[in-house]
Amino acid sequence: MIRFEKVSVTYDGAPEPTVRDVDFEVPEGELVLLVGPSGVGKSTVLGAVSGLVPHFTGGTLGGRVTVAGRDTRVHKPRELADVVGTVGQDPLAHFVTDTVEDELAYGMESLGLAPEVMRRRVEETLDLLGLAGLRDRPIATLSGGQRQRVAIGSVLTPHPRVLVLDEPTSALDPAAAEEVLAVLQRLVHDLGTTVLMAEHRLERVVHYADRVVLLPSPGAPPVTGTPSDVMSVSPVHPPVVALGRLAGWNPLPLTVRDARRRAGDLRERLAPAAGGRAAGARGVPPLVGRSREQGRTGAAAPGERLRATPLPATGGTGRLFKRRAKSAPEPRPAHIAGAHDLTVRRAHVTALHHITLTVSPGETIALMGRNGAGKSTLLNTFVGLLEPTTGTVTVGGRTPHRTRPRDLIRHVGLVPQEPRDLLYADTVATECAAADQDAGAPPGTCRTLLDRLLAGIADGTHPRDLSEGQCLALALAVVLTARPPLLLLDEPTRGLDYAAKARLVTALRELAADGHAIVLATHDVELAAEIAHRVVLLAEGEVIADGPTAEIVVSSPSFAPQVTKILAPQQWLTVSQVQEALG
Amino acid sequence: MTPSNGPVGAGRAVPRTPAERRPTAPAGEGVATRRRATVHPGAWWLWAISLGTAATRTTNPLLLALLVAVSAYVVATHRSAAPWARSYSAFARLALAVLLIRLVFAVALGSPIPGTHVLLTLPEIPLPHWAQGIRLGGEVTAEALVFAAYDGLKLATLLICVGAANALASPSRLLKSLPGALYETGVAVVVALTFAPHLIADVQRLRAARRLRGRPDRGIRGLLQVGLPVLEGALERSVALAAAMEARGYGRGADVPATVRRTTAALTLGGLLGVCAGTYGLLTAEGGGYGAPLLLAGVLAALAGLRLGGRRSLRTRYRPDPWGLRAWLVTGSGAAVAGLLTLASARAPEALHPGVVPLTAPALPLWPAASVLLALLPAFVVPREHP
Repeated sequence: MIRFEKVSVTYDGAPEPTVRDVDFEVPEGELVLLVGPSGVGKSTVLGAVSGLVPHFTGGTLGGRVTVAGRDTRVHKPRELADVVGTVGQDPLAHFVTDTVEDELAYGMESLGLAPEVMRRRVEETLDLLGLAGLRDRPIATLSGGQRQRVAIGSVLTPHPRVLVLDEPTSALDPAAAEEVLAVLQRLVHDLGTTVLMAEHRLERVVHYADRVVLLPSPGAPPVTGTPSDVMSVSPVHPPVVALGRLAGWNPLPLTVRDARRRAGDLRERLAPAAGGRAAGARGVPPLVGRSREQGRTGAAAPGERLRATPLPATGGTGRLFKRRAKSAPEPRPAHIAGAHDLTVRRAHVTALHHITLTVSPGETIALMGRNGAGKSTLLNTFVGLLEPTTGTVTVGGRTPHRTRPRDLIRHVGLVPQEPRDLLYADTVATECAAADQDAGAPPGTCRTLLDRLLAGIADGTHPRDLSEGQCLALALAVVLTARPPLLLLDEPTRGLDYAAKARLVTALRELAADGHAIVLATHDVELAAEIAHRVVLLAEGEVIADGPTAEIVVSSPSFAPQVTKILAPQQWLTVSQVQEALG
Repeated sequence: MTPSNGPVGAGRAVPRTPAERRPTAPAGEGVATRRRATVHPGAWWLWAISLGTAATRTTNPLLLALLVAVSAYVVATHRSAAPWARSYSAFARLALAVLLIRLVFAVALGSPIPGTHVLLTLPEIPLPHWAQGIRLGGEVTAEALVFAAYDGLKLATLLICVGAANALASPSRLLKSLPGALYETGVAVVVALTFAPHLIADVQRLRAARRLRGRPDRGIRGLLQVGLPVLEGALERSVALAAAMEARGYGRGADVPATVRRTTAALTLGGLLGVCAGTYGLLTAEGGGYGAPLLLAGVLAALAGLRLGGRRSLRTRYRPDPWGLRAWLVTGSGAAVAGLLTLASARAPEALHPGVVPLTAPALPLWPAASVLLALLPAFVVPREHP
C-alpha cells in the first residue's frame, strides 16, 4: 500500500539528509508503528507519505514513495487526498471549519463527493468515532481527546485507504488515549484501513501494532519487523519491554497481560525483597522530611518506606504536625507552599473547587487527572497567573498574584506546557544571559545549570531549532536560575522520547534531593511512578485522592504504571526498582 | 500482529461512548447546543441589515430604542450557544462606547446646533487663527447634547443590528453560501478571520509567560517584547493549517479547456470593469444615459464569469442551508420594516426626526412604531434553537 524505495530527504540548507535509505513497505490493512528517538526524522517519513514532503516543506526527495500505486513526486498532496488521510501533531492546527459536522464534511466537499454520499458518511463516521452527541458542537469547546477523534474523523470521511498519524495520543490523558486507539483498532479491523503512525508513548500503542519500523538514529536505515523482534533491539521501548528484557523473557511480551502470565517466577524472586506484600516507592529517593507520607498513609505501605528512610523522630513529629495541620489549616512554615479551600472560577466555569493542598520542601508531587480536570489551573494559581476566586494560596509565605514577578521567581518557578513560551531570545547564550539578569544571579549561572541538565547545546543555536528535550532543558535552566525552592512543571514529558525522559527524571531527582519541592502536572503514569512521592488526583476541579504514589496508582486501573500491573499484588512501580531488588 | 494480543485488541475493538463519559469541555456542554440551523444565514443577515437601514431613517430615540429592543429580543430567543454568538454583547458594548464618545465630543468640541439652554460652561481654549471653526470647550447646551445623543444612538443602533446578525448566523456560514468559483476564496477569508482571535490568545499567553521570567507582565514594553514570538507562532500555525488544508484536498480543481478558462477571465474582468464604469456613470451628472445599462451589462457578465468559473471547482456542498418559507418570512419582515420607515420618513419627517431647537419631548409615532414591531416576526416563525 505504501512503498518506500531507497528514500532520502534533504531539507534546503541542511548538510546531511534527514533520513537516508528508507526502504520498507506497508501492506494493506496493517497498523504500522514508526518509532525512534526524537529528531530521527519520523515526521519527515510520515510527511513523505502524504506528499507534504517535499511538495509543501521544500527539500529534495531521493528515491521513490508510492501510495496506492501513485508516485508522490508527480502527485501533489491535494491529489493524494482521496487515498491518504493525515493528522498532524496538533489537531487544532488541522481544523478548517468551526463545528464538528462541517469539519467532518470538509474533506469530502473538496473531493466533490455527491451530497447524499457525504451525508451518509458523516453519519457513519459520527457513530464510528462516538461523536454523535457532539455533532453540532463548536470545535473550540471540545476536550483534547474529542478533538483528536474529530481530527481523525475529518480525514476518515473521504474513505482514505491510508491513515497517517503523528503522535495521536501524546497530549492525551490515559483514558482519552484509549478512546483514540480503540477507534484506530476498529478502523484497521473493520474497514481494512492501513495505518502508519509515529508515537513516543510506546506503552500505549506498541501492542496494537502489526509491525514496527524503527529509525535507530539520524541518518541510519530503518529496521523493520514484528513488534517483539524490533523491541528487543530498540533504543526506545516501553517499561513492559524493559522488564521483559531484564527478566530475560523470550519472546518479549508486549502487553501487560502477556507479561503477567510470564511473571510468576519473577514475582517469586522478588518476594523476599518485596517483604511479601508491598514494596512501596523505593525507587524514589528518600524524602527529607517524611511528614506527609507517614501522616497520611498510616498502615498501608509505610513499613517499607520506613525501612528506606529510618527517620522515626521526624516521622513522629510529622504525624503530630499532620494532626495539627488538620485542626489548624493555615500553612505552616514547614510547608513552602499551600492552597487552602481554593476555588477558581473562570468564565462561569468552576475550574477548581475547594482545593486544600500543602507542599513540603524536598517533596515531589504528581498532579494527575484527565484533560481539563484543573491541573494547569492549579499550577497557574501558584505562580499568580490566576487569582483565587475564594480561598487562599501562599508560596513561601506570600500571596502569588500580589507579589511582583521579580520577587516571585525566587520563590516559585513554572515551566509551562509549551516551554518555548518562556524563550524570547535569538540564541541560547543571550537567553541564558537574560535569565541571569532577570534573576539577579551571577553571570553564567544559567549556562552552568543548562550544562548540568543536558550537555552539548551550542551557544549560538536559535531556541526554535532545539529539539523538545533540549527546549525543556533550557526552559528548566532559565527557571532554576532564580533558585526557586518550589518548581512546577506542566506536562513536562509531552513530545519527549525515552532518553530525554530518563534525563529529565535524573535531573528532577537531583533537584528534589537538593531540597527543591516539585509539583508536576502529568498524564504520564510512568513518570509519576519514577519520581513522585505523592500523587494528587484531580477530577472536575476537586481533589479526589491524595496520598503516596504507590498507594494511589496501584488502586487505579488507568493510572497504574505497567510494572505495577504486571507484578501486582506486589507493589512495584518501576523497572529500576525491580532491577535494584534483583541486584 | 502477535497471536497473544488478539484478545486485547478484540476487547478494545468496540469504542465506548466517550462523549457521554467525559463531560470535560467548558461551557454549555452536555446538551447538543446547536441543531442544524433552521433558517438560511443569509436571511438573518438581510433581516439585520434591513433593521440597520431602518435605523438610518430616523433619529427618534423611541423608535431607535424599539429597534434595539426588537433585535435584542430576537437574539435572546434565537441565538445559539456557540462562541461567535457571544459577539452580541461585544457589539452592544461597542455601541455604548460610540454613543459616549459622540457625547464627549459634543461636550468638548462644541456643536453647530444653536441652543439657549446652557447646562454648563467649560473654559474655552483659544486656538490660533488657522484653526478657525474648531472650538475647544465653551458653552454646553442641552440642545447640542440631545442632538449628539440622537445621532450617537442612530450609530449605536446600526452597530447593534450588525451584532445581531453576527450572533444569529456566523459570518463563516454565510460565506459558505458563496458561488462555487468564490468558495475557495471564502475559505481563505474565514481562515484569515480566525487569525486575529488566535493572535490575541497568543499575546495573552506569552505575556503570562513573561511573568514566569520575573519580568512585569503589563505595560507597553512587555507587549513589544512578545511581539516577535507571537508573530512567529501565528505564522507557524498558519503554515500548519495550510499544510493540513492542502493534504485534505483544498484547491483540487477539474481540468477545463483553455478556451473556457480564457472566457471566464474575460467575462469576469470585463464584467467588473463594466460595473465600475456603470457606477461612475450613475453617480456623475452627465453619465445618466449610459450608466444604468452599463452597470447591468457588467453585472450580467461578471455573474456569467463566476458561473463558468464554477466549472473548475469540483467542490460539492454538504447540507447546504435551504432557502425556505421561513427564510422568506425573516427577510420579508426586515425588508418591510426598512420600507415602511423609509416611507414614514418621507411622509412624516417631523415625527421621525424630533426637533432639538426648540427642545421638544419626542413622541412615539404610532404607525412607524407598529411597523418596527413587524421585525419581531422571526421570533415567532423560527423555532428556537435551544429552548
